[in-house]
Amino acid sequence: MTLPASISDEIRLDGDRKPVIVVAGLTKRYGEIEAVRGIDFAVARGETFGFLGPNGAGKTTTIKILCTLANATSGSASVAGYDSATQRDSVRRNIGLVFQDPTLDTYLTASQNLRFHAELYGVPNAALGPRMRQVLEMVGLWDRKDDLVSTFSGGMQRRLEIARGLLHAPHVLFLDEPTVGLDPQTRSSIWSYINELKRREDVTIFLTTHYMDEAENCDRIAIIDNGKIVALDTPEALKASVGKDRVRIHTADDGAAIASLASKFGLTAGMSEGAVTFAVTAGEQFVPRLFAELGVPIRSVSVSRPSLDDVFMSYTGKTIRDAEASGSQAMRQMVRMRGRR
Amino acid sequence: MATQTAPPAAQGELVESIRVAVPQRGLRHDTRAVGVVWRRELIRFRTDRLRAVTSLVQPILFLFVLGTGLSSLARAGMPPGLSFKTFIYPGVLAMSVLFTAIFSAASIVWDREFGFLREILVAPVSRGSIVIGKCLGGATIATFQGVIFLALAGFAHVPYNPELIAILVGELLLLSFTLTAFGVMMAARIKQFQAFMALTQMLVLPLFFLSGALYPLNGLPTWLTALTRIDPITYIVGPMRDAVFAHLAIPGFEQHLLAPAITWAGWAVPQWMAIGIVAVMGASMMGVAIIEFRKTE
Repeated sequence: MTLPASISDEIRLDGDRKPVIVVAGLTKRYGEIEAVRGIDFAVARGETFGFLGPNGAGKTTTIKILCTLANATSGSASVAGYDSATQRDSVRRNIGLVFQDPTLDTYLTASQNLRFHAELYGVPNAALGPRMRQVLEMVGLWDRKDDLVSTFSGGMQRRLEIARGLLHAPHVLFLDEPTVGLDPQTRSSIWSYINELKRREDVTIFLTTHYMDEAENCDRIAIIDNGKIVALDTPEALKASVGKDRVRIHTADDGAAIASLASKFGLTAGMSEGAVTFAVTAGEQFVPRLFAELGVPIRSVSVSRPSLDDVFMSYTGKTIRDAEASGSQAMRQMVRMRGRR
Repeated sequence: MATQTAPPAAQGELVESIRVAVPQRGLRHDTRAVGVVWRRELIRFRTDRLRAVTSLVQPILFLFVLGTGLSSLARAGMPPGLSFKTFIYPGVLAMSVLFTAIFSAASIVWDREFGFLREILVAPVSRGSIVIGKCLGGATIATFQGVIFLALAGFAHVPYNPELIAILVGELLLLSFTLTAFGVMMAARIKQFQAFMALTQMLVLPLFFLSGALYPLNGLPTWLTALTRIDPITYIVGPMRDAVFAHLAIPGFEQHLLAPAITWAGWAVPQWMAIGIVAVMGASMMGVAIIEFRKTE
């Protein structure tokens, strides 16, 4: 007599406090292109772990390998105690997945979509009704359950997908760019739903994003660039590691101000969004000196703590937007190559 | 009102999450998955009435326009009392499932582009049950389509004989299954919707024309004879025509002229074998499709 699957999984996860996701030396090549170049990390139970990086950095590829949708070229990945390459069905039973592109059947109603999902996962009929109501209420769609998905807005569809990903009570929920393409208001409402579900469900969340503010919601972040993890820590620790505050000033003569910052303080400043911008340690204490010694009239000044933007910048030497631009160029090149084949 | 029926959780209290045990994969679970994919196919067909209507246009054109138009020409070769429409009816009936069956597989390509396929592929079900469900679903809706066309049998002077109808429906089901399996096999490899549509469009008419649906399979030049024998639809149009003619009483009817047996270098292929060929082809194409879907990138 074997234990029911869910109970045995519980023991696997509880008995030894092993991490829920373990990735070691993972690489993935698509022909000439090396999408993932040897990454290692582990995610603890109950953690919200984020992959932050520009498009084309290898985030989605990593998710696909973890979720059994792609084979690694080398290295290993395990989820909920099962190997993603050799124990696919066991991994699949224990994960929920919200994809970057919508995967709802728009011909069906919200509840039909959930019902199909439940059958694919073998959710017992007795549990289905109450569970369906619970997840739909969690995302605020219970009163729309009988409407066709094609009548839903982008934000509602994404919420429904999150509800569907949770329906079978997975141990790990994967969110691939959960708020991409949504307006800022909808994005923040999606995040309040995600935070709510974290409070209620015993679930580990692995998400990818290229939004800095979204990454702030994570317990830990891995910054990924060009298929490699360049930094991995809590958002606070990452920001502290940069150490410097960002100062923005508006002056009467920006060119003279930049020259003066270099000659008098040894600081490298640049123009960003119409303001002279530079990084300096203990920015607030620096401001009085700046006024006294710069020699160029200053019209306004602002000091901000390092953001994840600065973190990304300091680890990769470029902003995430710059990386995005060169990434999409590489993507276009790849498409052209495929076309020629 | 939704807000009134909501549990305390909606007001911010913590409630026990409902535990759900996802069972280990087993035969019962896989059977359920076949059912899910099959039912989805039916629901989609039901919501897409336009498709049901448009796919009847072509067989109706062939039977009533081409069939009537060519009758006077064809009269010379027909015994009195047999109309050309009756002669081509079994072949056109086969055609009525041809488009629906092959194009039902197109939704795989569609789903791949629009993501739903991934939702299914990441579920803990065997790739086999997904493919089987898809083939059975396509076969069901295509047969349904064929049955609508079967209702028009009277206009082609084909009798509504229960035994005949049962045989024809069975043969339509088999044909639909094989054609869907063929479509699914191709959909497993072809990732772009346009490419899939172009390829199937290109294949459908040759399959129909080479099946002997519009002419008897005798006295043909060697090259055409060879091609008709390669076309899998030949092996179902033959038995369907035999079934129709067996239920007609036409004096002076010469079976060997109008409905000759399918021969391989002079050897007549028995009817059970012709049907068996179609079934085996369907099963093996489905097998290839399953192998294709098992591959991960």
